Amino acid sequence: MSDVTRPAIEMAGVEKRFGATEALRGLDLAVPAGTVCGLLGPNGAGKTTAVRVLATLVAPDRGVARVAGHDVVRAAEEVRRAIGLAGQYAALDEGITGRDNLRIFGRLHRLGARGARRRADELLERFGLADAGDRLVRTYSGGMRRRLDLIASLVTSPPVLFLDEPTTGLDPRSRQGIWDTVKELADGGTTVLLTTQYLEEADRLADEIVVVDHGAAIATGPPDRLKAAIGSEVSVTLVDPGRLPAASAVVTALAGGEAQLDVAARTVTVLTEPGRAVLLPALVRELDAAGVAAEDVAVRAPSLDDVFLALTGEARVKPELTVLEGEAA
Amino acid sequence: MATAVYTASRPSTGGRLASDTWTSMLRVLLNYRHSPGLLVASLAVPVLMVVVFGYVFGSAMQVPGGGDYREFLMPGLFAMVATNGIMPTMVGAARDVGRGVTDRLRSMPVSRAGLLLGQTLADLLVSVVVMALMALVGLAAGWRARHGLADTAEAFALLLLFRFVMTWVGTLLGLAVGKEEQAGQLAVAVFPLAMITNAYVPTGGMPGWLRAVADWNPISAVVQACRELFGNPSAPGAAWPMQHAALTALLWSAALLALCGPLAVRKFATHGR
Repeated sequence: MSDVTRPAIEMAGVEKRFGATEALRGLDLAVPAGTVCGLLGPNGAGKTTAVRVLATLVAPDRGVARVAGHDVVRAAEEVRRAIGLAGQYAALDEGITGRDNLRIFGRLHRLGARGARRRADELLERFGLADAGDRLVRTYSGGMRRRLDLIASLVTSPPVLFLDEPTTGLDPRSRQGIWDTVKELADGGTTVLLTTQYLEEADRLADEIVVVDHGAAIATGPPDRLKAAIGSEVSVTLVDPGRLPAASAVVTALAGGEAQLDVAARTVTVLTEPGRAVLLPALVRELDAAGVAAEDVAVRAPSLDDVFLALTGEARVKPELTVLEGEAA
Repeated sequence: MATAVYTASRPSTGGRLASDTWTSMLRVLLNYRHSPGLLVASLAVPVLMVVVFGYVFGSAMQVPGGGDYREFLMPGLFAMVATNGIMPTMVGAARDVGRGVTDRLRSMPVSRAGLLLGQTLADLLVSVVVMALMALVGLAAGWRARHGLADTAEAFALLLLFRFVMTWVGTLLGLAVGKEEQAGQLAVAVFPLAMITNAYVPTGGMPGWLRAVADWNPISAVVQACRELFGNPSAPGAAWPMQHAALTALLWSAALLALCGPLAVRKFATHGR
């Protein structure tokens, strides 16, 4: 890294238009070296375009983007030497073996024939693909392909790694495997920019989350702070729907916020005011004191779904929440 | 992690071109090593054509000026093998774009021209083998090269040059299409282009407008040049390209290469911008 005080990844006012589509509308980003940044947003938010700009695949129309201190337009070669990229698809040659894929990428990275071979062996061993290394990639499962794809971006041990939706379409076990790898890399000091639609993924992996919508960052912060800014969700399911108003009064008194009643489900739900913690025992005690018989009481820490909902005013991930709001309104 | 060991060195531009060309060739050749059937498969249609045209239609064919129809046909089928060079690079380039391989390569400090050159050179190596197999098929069907070694070598060199040019055309088309399935459909569109030529029948009997297309078709020039060099029967007619077939074939090759080569590299380097 050329400059330790400088963020490893920076974007300032980056705009990019494809025909009539404004993919990026002044995106700002600053990722300190050695941290993991989660770019979180729905499909079409501009996450992939942001990664493509940073990986020198697309030139920005306006604004500045730097990776490892190098401008992505004027010093594209230096940027390419500093990065690894794993995209949404397994960008591999299916007709050759996993080991040969890594060898090819190693040679293109100028590790030399022997260096590339050694590196391929080492990576396959380290990431648990040694046994599959000599099989054609077309025989791999989806999870193995993604793992190999991720490994392929690591042949040079790049200081900066871009992962564009690395686990989209993977089963939970494969996803966990990718997560473990990313964590390991981050612990080793790699700067990671990760895009995801999975809120859980950003929560698990990222030191800082940047929520992107319509080509710009709409919120930035550590997962905990984003969650604290939202409050938690308290829901009480009653035996008798007639007692909903009473339950609602108890819950709002404790949590603040506005109660949403769902008569059919006999449930009252409240999103607590930011920073206001509701303890389950206290809630149960108060309900009891008010003579409300509850079938189920739950205090759920806010998920990033809630974060996104609160920030964009649109429910993208939890349609059932929208329905609930609709009925209350 | 041995980070320091794996930091890429910075070679000269020329060294990088050569090294990336070789690596890219290696990648294509490894594909053939794992699927040698691809090599045989690329011969399936030409061999079928030997049967269908050489023995089915050929039984009723008269070559103007006399001569054996199958000897007339074989240079046409050699040229068809050369023209088919469009297919593997077109489908391969489109597949790489579709699967994100192109993006990954573009995000690496590699020579763009070298990557494409490696793919086309690898195809050239493979097509030497394919062409040799096709020549054996021809020999079995009664075809002979009758003008000595030098002319025969010249004819095959011309065929391989044309194949090389076609792989660049295919690369450009594949990068432009960017989807494997669509590239496959485009391959079907190449077929009529290969049919409106002098490869299967002399152009003399075609309606005037169609004959003009066939006479100026670069494939026809290659076919006619090969017939002359092999000493096989031919009926070139009076059109200029048919009277100067070798020159026309070279000019077409040079023009197509000069056009498609740089365009393909440019398309590769700026894909998606």
